[in-house]
Amino acid sequence: MTQVKSLADLRKIKDDLQGKMGLREKSNSPESLVQIRVAMATCGIASGAKQVMEFFMEELDKRNIQAVVTQTGCMGYCFAEPTVEITLPGQAPVVYGYVDTAKADSIIEKYIKNGELVEGIIPVNYETIQK
Amino acid sequence: MAKFKMHLLVCSGTGCHASESELLLQNLKTIINDKGLDTEVQVIGTGCFGFCEKGPIVKVMPDNTFYTQVTPNDAREIIEEHVIKGRKVNRLLYVNPETQEHISDSKHMGFYKKQLRIALRNCGFIDPENIDEYIARDGYEALAKCLTEMTPEQVIEIMKKSGLRGRGGGGFPAGLKWEITSKSVSDEKYVVCNADEGDPGAFMDRSILEGDPHSVIEAMAICGYCIGATNGLVYIRAEYPLAIDRLKIAIDQAREYGLLGKGLLGTGFDFDIELRYGAGAFVCGEETALIHSMEGKRGEPTMKPPFPSVSGYYEKPTNVNNVETFANVPVIINKGAEWFASIGTEKSKGTKVFALAGKINNVGLIEVPMGTTLREVIFEIGGGIKDGKKFKAVQTGGPSGGCLTEKHLDTPIDYDNLVASGSMMGSGGMIVMDEDDCMVSMAKFYLEFTVEESCGKCSPCRIGNKRLHEILDKLTKGNGTLEDIDRLKNLSYVIKDTALCGLGQTSPNPVLSTIDNFYDEYIEHVTDKKCRAGQCKALMQYVIIAENCVGCTACARNCPVNSITGERKGVHVINQAVCIKCGACLEKCKFNAVVIK
Ligand SMILES: Cc1cc2nc3c(=O)[nH]c(=O)nc-3n(C[C@H](O)[C@H](O)[C@H](O)COP(=O)(O)O)c2cc1C
Ligand code: SF4
Ligand code: SF4
Ligand code: SF4
Ligand code: FES
Ligand code: FES
Repeated sequence: MTQVKSLADLRKIKDDLQGKMGLREKSNSPESLVQIRVAMATCGIASGAKQVMEFFMEELDKRNIQAVVTQTGCMGYCFAEPTVEITLPGQAPVVYGYVDTAKADSIIEKYIKNGELVEGIIPVNYETIQK
Repeated sequence: MAKFKMHLLVCSGTGCHASESELLLQNLKTIINDKGLDTEVQVIGTGCFGFCEKGPIVKVMPDNTFYTQVTPNDAREIIEEHVIKGRKVNRLLYVNPETQEHISDSKHMGFYKKQLRIALRNCGFIDPENIDEYIARDGYEALAKCLTEMTPEQVIEIMKKSGLRGRGGGGFPAGLKWEITSKSVSDEKYVVCNADEGDPGAFMDRSILEGDPHSVIEAMAICGYCIGATNGLVYIRAEYPLAIDRLKIAIDQAREYGLLGKGLLGTGFDFDIELRYGAGAFVCGEETALIHSMEGKRGEPTMKPPFPSVSGYYEKPTNVNNVETFANVPVIINKGAEWFASIGTEKSKGTKVFALAGKINNVGLIEVPMGTTLREVIFEIGGGIKDGKKFKAVQTGGPSGGCLTEKHLDTPIDYDNLVASGSMMGSGGMIVMDEDDCMVSMAKFYLEFTVEESCGKCSPCRIGNKRLHEILDKLTKGNGTLEDIDRLKNLSYVIKDTALCGLGQTSPNPVLSTIDNFYDEYIEHVTDKKCRAGQCKALMQYVIIAENCVGCTACARNCPVNSITGERKGVHVINQAVCIKCGACLEKCKFNAVVIK
């Protein structure tokens, strides 16, 4: 273990741990960040939800967008899997169906960055996805 | 580097530890590894979440799911359902005691909504055994800034401006104490952390040391820099083995990083910390007694002045602060005195950690801004009184404090308001009482404690408290007179005025404040020989209501002393001379015929 000799050394340790701690920090105040929930029940995983989730996690990070990506269970839209629910800070959640990585990319670029709606929204009764 | 999509935080505080959280942590880790999820999911042991009564706790990030009473066997279900399929394990979620609703995450728990965590900022959030996680949360940055960018005077100035007052009980301004110690001239000085925590039922200091030991280490080093000390001592009770372990690990890690030892952070400032163990006597929490105990002498208080800041450990200037006081320091340096001073009331800044206990739904460790009302603490954070009973009083300040009642519910809690209401902040114990608690018995309970803990050095405390206890005992047995109540009061004042140390000076407080607030109850014990709470056994009688009794004989068969007589199908009668008030008859009677009078 090396010795910490300065503020800069401390900050380096801190930065190195961002990947490890960042998730926890963000979870402290999810309402002020973009929240993304990927349905990861059996049908979701079968239709590629896992890759979509990983895509979101990596790309949001690369594109410097502060977001919390979580997984949820069955949202009740098996026909449209993978489904993803996006909540921008202070806005009502929006659910997108048939999300693949290309669609995820346009969701990030258009909806998350600029608030423009992207095709493929599933009208939802929010109650059903509370869990 | 690996990116984790999920963190499982498992409480490894004393409370949860006692209910197998260590095995739970191991199980979670093993199953995660077996399923090849270890690159995606991180399992971390943390400090206390404050919700110990419902422990062990597992919190899932980032969705903030809060699982309670998790057993080692639940590990598999959490992973197979929640981690893999994204379905929360409903039966482990916290249930709102009033609505019986399952609460999906900690953000929706009344317990956490009103809390503001400064001293507890890292408890239940980081792995206390990993210095890097502390550093990732700005740890040791305050120390680095102080050592490299500020003079001791500047740091003391920030501390004074912040308005931070001692959290160990007295509420003395921390910055001022540092300044006084810094101005005491000596070749050697000491920084002492008071981790004795003698108030029965209190565990805030233990939780901080277990959950975030580095915050205290960092603050002690900053204090050392300010006052010109190179040695720090933590006086901790030997009954806190987990806190001691975590502290030792943390000290070793800090030394390896050059954050303790010679030339901290490459500067010329040396500072190191040693542990000293206390045997758990309440009086050893008093700073002069604590210092004597560390010197290997009897743990007895001595007159102040001289204050430890002038003449303390081996007659050297010694700055004694409480664990929680220290835990606030690094944040104050990082975020500024103005930020800290913006929280709280005019004369009490920042937050206070309380150990909520007694007849309340959410028992646990909480941290709220100064100025929060009792009503918010008891009914919002605490979730109200258990079993729908009526709130009666709350004891703050432990054996040195007093009780607050209905009329104080909307008083903002801070040092000065508590004193004005006849109680005190103390270290932060808060015991909630309901209609079934007898206030005379409560006073008696605390006096029992003080009599036991008095060091015996001065007679007002040694003899006076014993007499107080005797009179209270007499009252609870129904043998008291009205003069006894006056005697209680007079003797209390004498003890307060003449005892040598804080223990004796405050020990009559529970008596005085219960007489003040519940005078009727005292009178009832004397004139009506009645205890309305039904707690003073000598004052109650089990009687059978003739109209309700069907003569089933259940009571008579279960009475351990055969004090119930009656024919089958005839009315039964209790012989009061023989009855030992065990309550068995009341429990067995299915016809509500047995009552307490
Ligand atoms: C009987 C008695 C017991 C005490 N117990 C404690 C204790 O357990 N922990 C503590 O920090 N202070 C305790 N104190 C207060 C200490 O004497 C001292 O004021 C305190 O440690 C100073 O730190 P602070 O200014 O940061 O609160 C006790 C005082 C008395 C009179
Ligand atoms: S007041 Fe009590 S504890 Fe304090 S010195 Fe006197 S006898 Fe000892
Ligand atoms: S148990 Fe109740 S009903 Fe039965 S004999 Fe006793 S008092 Fe009467
Ligand atoms: S209270 Fe106990 S001892 Fe008294 S009558 Fe009932 S069962 Fe017997
Ligand atoms: S299982 Fe995926 S929507 Fe039903
Ligand atoms: S020890 Fe686990 S919540 Fe307190």
